[in-house]
Amino acid sequence: MLTLSHFLVLGAILFSVGVVGIFLNRKNLIVLLMSIELMLLAVNMNFVAFSHYMQDLAGQLFVFFILTVAAAESAIGLAILVVLFRNLRTIHVDDLDSLKG
Amino acid sequence: MEFKTFVFYFISAVLVFASLRVVTLKNPVHAALHLILAFFSASGVWILLQAEFLAIALVLVYVGAVMVLFLFVVMLLDINVDRLREGFWKYLPLASIVSLLMVAEMALVLGGTYSGLLESDIPQQDSQYSNSKALGRLLFTEYVYPFELASVILLVGVVAAVALTLRGKTKSKSVSPSEQVFVKAKDRVRVLKIPAEARE
Repeated sequence: MLTLSHFLVLGAILFSVGVVGIFLNRKNLIVLLMSIELMLLAVNMNFVAFSHYMQDLAGQLFVFFILTVAAAESAIGLAILVVLFRNLRTIHVDDLDSLKG
Repeated sequence: MEFKTFVFYFISAVLVFASLRVVTLKNPVHAALHLILAFFSASGVWILLQAEFLAIALVLVYVGAVMVLFLFVVMLLDINVDRLREGFWKYLPLASIVSLLMVAEMALVLGGTYSGLLESDIPQQDSQYSNSKALGRLLFTEYVYPFELASVILLVGVVAAVALTLRGKTKSKSVSPSEQVFVKAKDRVRVLKIPAEARE
């Protein structure tokens, strides 16, 4: 029997894999963006599971809007990445220190 | 074991494997391809949850658009992979400890017997029910303003991406005041030495 817990634990595992990705690939902006996508996917999984279990479509609509925002976010993030590479010839995180922060 | 449960476990195994490969692979192109596999499997899980519209939207929007964008950018950039992998093995123990702790905590909360979620069987809709129809009805009546806001967000995304990466020629003949201020005399005036010649 498939229960709500199955889907929630799957979402938890996915989210943790995303966190591991951020830990491991701290120097690689592209894989960082991919890890963020994985974490968003985990959140969406929880939304869909709860929505189906509670028989309330509001959760699925929320997933729809999250997908929209995530698509816009990754498009802008990749555009920033391209501009960065054009100006600095690198996307290594250690080289991005012009703000002296 | 019920067939549906078997399908769930199979798809989730593929999903977790693919997402682990995304974060551990050396080549970003391979990582992007595994992310595509992860999105496909996630849409399979959503089909199990009877969210057909979102499953198809995930495949169309993510696999069709966002991941192609990722692949394009990864292939366009000339990346030195070895330098980007610095500190990978150093952070591996800490990352695995943190993530295992997170999974264990969340699994204890979400899968525990206290919350009563283990007894929750997923209710099935009858065959006449259309998820896309219900979602569409809700989207165009109750959630119409958020829907239009979402389109504005997409428009902002398009404009921002184009404005960031556009590198067109400057067609106007106007002069830049800051450049004018910084002009030195030797940029504009050339002094030539012409020796005097005797008159015939």
